Amino acid sequence: MALKTAKMAEQLELFGCIQCGKCTGGCPVARKTTLNIRDLIYHMLVDSDMDLDVHEDLWDCTACFTCVERCPKDVQPAELVIALRGELVEGGRIPETIGTALMSIFRQGNPSSMARQDRDLWAEGIEDSLEQAKQAAQEGCDLLYFVGCIPSYDTRVQPVARALMRAFEKADLDVGVLGTDETCCGNEVRRMGEVGLFEMLVEENGEILRSVGARRIVSTSPHCFNTFRNEYDLADADGDPMEILHYTQLLARLIEEGELTFGGSLAAEDGEKKLITYHDPCFLGKQNQIFDEPRAIIEALPGAELVEMDRNRERSLCCEGGGGRMWVEGTNLEERLAFQRVQEAADTGADVLAVACPFCLLTLEDAVKVQGLDEQLQVMDIMELVDLVLEEDVSNPADEE
Amino acid sequence: MERQKPAALIIGAGIAGIQAALDIADAGFPVYLVEREPSIGGRMAQLDKTFPTLDCSSCILTPKMVDADQHPNINLMTYSEVDSVERDGGGFHVRVRKKARYVDADTCKGCGDCAEACRMKDRISSDFDEGIANRSAIYVPFPQAVPLVYTIDPQSCLYLTRGVCGRTFKCKDACPADAIDFEQEDEVVELDVQAIIVATGFDLIDPHTKPEYGYGVYPEVMTAIEFERLSDASGPSKGEVFVPEKDRRGNVVMSDRKPEDVVFIKCVGSRDPHTGVPYCSRVCCMYTAKHAHLIREKVPDANITVFYMDVRAFGKGYEEFYDRVRHERVNYRRGEPSEVYRQGDKLVVLAEDTTLGEPVEVEADLVVLATAVVPRMDVPQVAEALGLDRSPDGFFQEADLKLRPVDTNVDNIFVAGCCQSPKDIPDTVAQAKAAASSALRALVRAREAVPA
Repeated sequence: MALKTAKMAEQLELFGCIQCGKCTGGCPVARKTTLNIRDLIYHMLVDSDMDLDVHEDLWDCTACFTCVERCPKDVQPAELVIALRGELVEGGRIPETIGTALMSIFRQGNPSSMARQDRDLWAEGIEDSLEQAKQAAQEGCDLLYFVGCIPSYDTRVQPVARALMRAFEKADLDVGVLGTDETCCGNEVRRMGEVGLFEMLVEENGEILRSVGARRIVSTSPHCFNTFRNEYDLADADGDPMEILHYTQLLARLIEEGELTFGGSLAAEDGEKKLITYHDPCFLGKQNQIFDEPRAIIEALPGAELVEMDRNRERSLCCEGGGGRMWVEGTNLEERLAFQRVQEAADTGADVLAVACPFCLLTLEDAVKVQGLDEQLQVMDIMELVDLVLEEDVSNPADEE
Repeated sequence: MERQKPAALIIGAGIAGIQAALDIADAGFPVYLVEREPSIGGRMAQLDKTFPTLDCSSCILTPKMVDADQHPNINLMTYSEVDSVERDGGGFHVRVRKKARYVDADTCKGCGDCAEACRMKDRISSDFDEGIANRSAIYVPFPQAVPLVYTIDPQSCLYLTRGVCGRTFKCKDACPADAIDFEQEDEVVELDVQAIIVATGFDLIDPHTKPEYGYGVYPEVMTAIEFERLSDASGPSKGEVFVPEKDRRGNVVMSDRKPEDVVFIKCVGSRDPHTGVPYCSRVCCMYTAKHAHLIREKVPDANITVFYMDVRAFGKGYEEFYDRVRHERVNYRRGEPSEVYRQGDKLVVLAEDTTLGEPVEVEADLVVLATAVVPRMDVPQVAEALGLDRSPDGFFQEADLKLRPVDTNVDNIFVAGCCQSPKDIPDTVAQAKAAASSALRALVRAREAVPA
């Protein structure tokens, strides 16, 4: 299918591009697939038509937005990928698995082909807390916890959401949960190019979220957090802008203020500290500059020691889970960035590779298994680490006067 | 009674201020040349060689510094800052604060015995050497300083910060001229001048604003101005280029390793509205070519790569110099690198070579960042004090970009050098001479005016 380039080139202000190549130079998938975003921009500018059928590599982009963050001319290269995907969506030329995910979001409010009424499955074992939080959301609450699709349905990620609920309870927060009224935030939908569905989700979610009237909203996933923060317009009961938080921000604050304290320790019996390295998720770090809070939490955990990988913060290597890549393999299956990333983590000598994103948790844990590193390196969400030291609230008698 | 001759004030004694001062003084008018640092010389004094002729920077600058010092019509006021400027008829009433050096400038012989004796010797990061070398708490910024008078840095002197420096003052004991005076205080001098030339120079962008290049993380990543100090024969390594490394305490020190692979990255922050620097810094293309040449000279076998977005070699002799440097086996590769990371003993520079049209990973032992020229940090305060306008890029605004390039919105205040916009030495000197000529016009008019 051929696209007339002129209109899109102008709309996306591609004429600002000076072809410096900083986008492709930093693109994590450009090193392993044919996707060359600088070259795509150039063809958008100099050719009148673009044959999209030859660009299967458009689905390689993880929407990590490294290109957008680093472009000196404020061209937004990744937005071109999204726009071109939009043309493919429009023309019905999308990978089958992407189609399935989008259809599931449209019908069931989640990308995983799970039933809408099963969205509460994550709260197994803490049903009372869930009921209380759902009630709070109905009656009005200070903090709305947006669980998210993957933490709701994926059995590997569900414990993260439960741990978060326990932390909220311990800190005595007035927290509400939407339950089965909660629907996919649409962050990945927009990045897969399905603009119509995304706009529908923004409208419907916006209405529901505003109706709760909460002062602030916190999410498990940096992906939900990103779209709420940058693409929604959320307000509390007074009409003031809602405070949008990722859970690491909220927890770091609670710890700093002494509202959340730990009883247990991660140290081994001989007192040896647990070495933890942290992988910055793209949607939390690069795209929203939240680097310090996750580290502050890890450093506050008793018996934990933070070690950094060489590439950290703004230079963190994408795990390839974003931009719809959870539902499409891309054109190069063999060389996964996650393989490289877990090797970098193992090289630090860490016992735990800590993450703060459901996608990173899944992609990196899988990579650890495939690479045979699971004996030495455990992939855990920060929240799971918090949970380990949260419960043992029996203070050491020696510490007490 | 003879009327006092109209005088000029020049703020900043880099090459622009020095040149303007010499021109005005040679024409017979008194000049107050005010410099914030302990020595005149400015940025040019920090440079090793100058493009495109490869003259040694201090060899051509030092004679001018000495001329300025010895000129009967120039009153050099170093380690001094302009406190206030008030309009007074056609001229200005100015208060200049001469900061306490804690050393008597008239008796200090510049022998350096005090600095040798100082308890903080080699423990204070040298601004002049861009932090790649250390000095004492009592110091001259560089050996050819003018005036050659030592200054005690009140931020790092043990006595001035803590009130105690062992049992005796090491510097006082060592000084053969008895020049050290801890009782010295700032002194405010009042001046009446008819013209002011602002020549306050420039800063360089903080390389941490581009975290992708790993400055501050990897000792082998340095800025171009740091490279100037490294390459300078009077610098800490006596002009030999070594690979920097971190010592056990985490301080950056020089190893004894020569770099095998050197990568230059241009436009770090420049031409980048994203960083707030939309303009071209104008000097980086040429000094990077010069640096590539210096590496070839000092490390004949090194692999040298220059990553660039464009090469702008616009001045007299510049394109020819760029041609020469390429022939010295320097690889110019088109593409702005996106990231630097470590792989074993080497750094890896990640870029797209846009001519190849594919991503490349280039190994490096030394990465030099051509950081953007930016307005001095205190430009807002100076603009406020003098009533000067600033252009959107933050530099001082000239009255008309093309036809009144050294005038400002205030009559009889002129601009010269990089405080108006980034420029190389030839352009700076030309603008300084233009500013001197405009100032002279004001001084002559004041002299000819019929006394009231």
